[in-house]
Amino acid sequence: MPYLLNTPEDTAAMLARIGAASVDDLFAPVPAGVRLNRPLDIPPALPEMELAAHLRQLAAKNRPAGDLVCFLGGGAYDHFIPAVVDAVAGRGEFYTAYTPYQAEASQGTLQAVFEYQTLMCQLTGLDVANASLYDGGSAVAEAVLMAVGVTGRVGDVLVAETVHPEYRQALHTYAANLNCRVRELPCPDGFLNPDDVKAAVNDQTVCVVAQSPNFFGHLEEMKAIGDAARKAGAVFVASFDPVSAGILKRPGDYGADIAVAEGQGLGVPLGYGGPYLGILACRGDSAYVRKIPGRLVGQTTDRTGKRCWVLTLQTREQHIRREKATSNICTNQGLLALRAAVHLTALGPQGLRETAGLCVRKAHYAADVLTKIPGVSVKFRTPFVKEFTLSVPGDVSTVLAKLRDRGYLGGLPAGRWYPNHSDGLTVAVTEKRTKGEIDGLAAALADVVASRAA
Amino acid sequence: MNNTQSTDLIFELSRAGRRCHRLPACDVPSSRPLDQLIPAEHLADQPPPLPEVGEIDLVRHFNNLSTRNMSIDTHFYPLGSCTMKYNPKRHERFAADPGFANLHPLQPDDTTQGMLELLYGMQEYLAEISGLPAVSLQPAAGAQGELTALFVAHAYFRDKGEHHRRKVLVPDSAHGTNPASAALAGFDAVTVKSNSKGLVDIDDLKAKLGDDTAVFMITNPNTLGLFETQIKAITELLHAKGALVYLDGANMNAILGITRPGDFGADMQHYNVHKTFTGPHGGGGPGSGPVAVRDFLAPYLPAPVVTNDGGRYALDFDRPKSIGRVRSFFGNVGILFRGYAYIRTLGPDGLRAVSETAVLNANYLRARVAEGYEVPHAGPCMHEFVASARALVRERKVKAMDICKRLLDYGFHAPTVYFPLVVPEALMMEPTETESKETLDAFADALLAIKAEEAELLRAAPHTHVVSRPDEVKAAKEPVLRWTPAEKPTAPPQPLAVGAAAVKQEW
Repeated sequence: MPYLLNTPEDTAAMLARIGAASVDDLFAPVPAGVRLNRPLDIPPALPEMELAAHLRQLAAKNRPAGDLVCFLGGGAYDHFIPAVVDAVAGRGEFYTAYTPYQAEASQGTLQAVFEYQTLMCQLTGLDVANASLYDGGSAVAEAVLMAVGVTGRVGDVLVAETVHPEYRQALHTYAANLNCRVRELPCPDGFLNPDDVKAAVNDQTVCVVAQSPNFFGHLEEMKAIGDAARKAGAVFVASFDPVSAGILKRPGDYGADIAVAEGQGLGVPLGYGGPYLGILACRGDSAYVRKIPGRLVGQTTDRTGKRCWVLTLQTREQHIRREKATSNICTNQGLLALRAAVHLTALGPQGLRETAGLCVRKAHYAADVLTKIPGVSVKFRTPFVKEFTLSVPGDVSTVLAKLRDRGYLGGLPAGRWYPNHSDGLTVAVTEKRTKGEIDGLAAALADVVASRAA
Repeated sequence: MNNTQSTDLIFELSRAGRRCHRLPACDVPSSRPLDQLIPAEHLADQPPPLPEVGEIDLVRHFNNLSTRNMSIDTHFYPLGSCTMKYNPKRHERFAADPGFANLHPLQPDDTTQGMLELLYGMQEYLAEISGLPAVSLQPAAGAQGELTALFVAHAYFRDKGEHHRRKVLVPDSAHGTNPASAALAGFDAVTVKSNSKGLVDIDDLKAKLGDDTAVFMITNPNTLGLFETQIKAITELLHAKGALVYLDGANMNAILGITRPGDFGADMQHYNVHKTFTGPHGGGGPGSGPVAVRDFLAPYLPAPVVTNDGGRYALDFDRPKSIGRVRSFFGNVGILFRGYAYIRTLGPDGLRAVSETAVLNANYLRARVAEGYEVPHAGPCMHEFVASARALVRERKVKAMDICKRLLDYGFHAPTVYFPLVVPEALMMEPTETESKETLDAFADALLAIKAEEAELLRAAPHTHVVSRPDEVKAAKEPVLRWTPAEKPTAPPQPLAVGAAAVKQEW
């Protein structure tokens, strides 16, 4: 059997030492009435070579980014990943270790997580970051639960309609059985109007959640939104894009109390949606730190006075506090946090800034050439970084299908999530997209639009 | 391995102007400066103050860090409840295929047919292995799987108008995630006692079971590594009250192809794909926590699920009774993918052999450990067992943690310690099926040797690692959760301190 080592002699010797006649005897506690008395109905075993062929066959039925030119975003982006990220994350000592419960045997993971936490503080401009959450969506939900704990309020959780629709769905699911009401703030023009926040908050508002760049790719007036939240004593939760943070003001700079993000853009392959990385950082006041979900690594000294790292503030966590824990999270996304740490280190400040700068220039170039097509315009008037939403003539799904036939994953149909924006096509342009690819998309879209008019 | 390399943080290695990754020149016309593309009020004056290092600095730093870890690839790692089995290298090569790795999560279904076929297959296999026909692959880890199942239960009872079912019963031996998930799902967690055999105390269960019970969360085999022999009677009790039975699937490694949760009365379960079906544990994740449920609960599962219409696969979002989403995108596909590869590698006979061998190895190790340590509950155990060091505390003031720390000197990762809570000075050991008799013997011999060692030596262990006995109280009382420039140390590098009675071993 693959991966099993016991020889018949081993098995016999082991059974003898145990004092059992057979392996089946060891299963005596499993009552006969609940035994499965047939083989599992799953396919027969495949040796490595045949499994490789089977998986290659399945892979060949897919049309991944690279095969089709990818202009899809919506929280997952086709950014470049330097080879050092794979080389480091591929170290068996990292990827086959588990949660660093034994600090002495896990200093590698602990120090790397401490560095990740620091990098996330540098990226967000906030004081404290946890060791990671699952993804950008559950990170929003956890941030809101945190805000409930920090404020002790029972009023509204206000969330902008421009926050990623799937993050909002996760938030609704988490909030459904708790004492808080999630209210969505309409954004008919593709951005959250800070005046609407001012009008919606009151002295029981738990928090305001906004995202910038938002789901359409456009920027929100985060400072004004945050000011409106703060004036009401509500927590301001900002969902941000870690790559755009290379040029934009950071959540801490514009007054966010809690910053969350999907960390996929930091060295994590697209991988059909996961595993990704939920980033969560917050202010350093003890009211916040006591409520932060998930693992935290802290610095300390060992018995000889040497600097080292441990899991800390564990009295917040489920294995100590059980039903009174700040969150139920246990396993997080350690390997992805490592990837993000290595990726950000590989980029450095200049690399991150240049990556974001390339995204901005290429996205704006794309918007320029695409809007030369008759009937195509940028739908919203707010600024954008690496993703923007067009208004295109005709049925967007049909347009996208025709672009696909021409070799392009041309964007996301905004109408899938926003029926009132059924003309919307959200296009993401990362640093990887070349002028040729952008011009190609423009030519293809021009062709599709023209053939419709004809 | 001598660990005399620098333990400087990456930030302390930073030198202004050094770089690793470089980007190509901009190939699109870009005459306008950035602040004409984006208003200055949104722009930062400076990029985030990330470290600046060269490529070799980066590689050496992180590779040196990795050598300060114990891992499955380098050491026996019998961490109970975590199923630290071998992670096949082939999985990493398979997963790196661009046909899978470069799929965007929002691509249309007709461009992802191979991936959907695989994920559909995974749904089918997990349904068959659990005996529960409807599966959601969305939850990102076991704890999120638990939470998802409780959301499903909540939605089900709400739908039935049974709003009075507020309570979730949880055995005292359960993982901490169980009561935490119950609270997060808006239920009141109620603890059910274990009896002297380490099994659910049925009288206590009966006393706490009522019309207000929504769910009983049971781990079977439980965290003591024992199969709940009364499982059928227990699940019948719950069902008679109209409540649901949830199985914490952390310990599925013991029962693959032997018995199925659906057959012993569970209505819902989660899997830990990274444990049972061997995803890399990654220093704390990623996991993957799919949920399997009975047909009558299927409408409430998260959306989307994968459907198969005559070989045409699709994501089905049209599920009006669904609890919604618990995360963005499909799920931790990379781990599901590895689980799929593992199930296809082993097949039905192989999976059963996995559990048989895991149980054989655990019972063998149990017998060897019992030569010198108390194992409070009668065997046979399933895939793991719990020993107790309470006699050592009484006789020599040596704690379970001291034993664990000393094991590190012998080149073994420690068992899970002080869990489950129902056993004092608990040492919870799960050897898994991928270890040899020689390894188990070497580990047992080490445990027995440690028992005879000087108490002083044990209390100061480990002696051969880069650090020893970090001050956890200080870490919690004066939390330092990030590096800041002011903390840059000025002391010259110190030679590695070696303990007086260090045991000769490899690293």
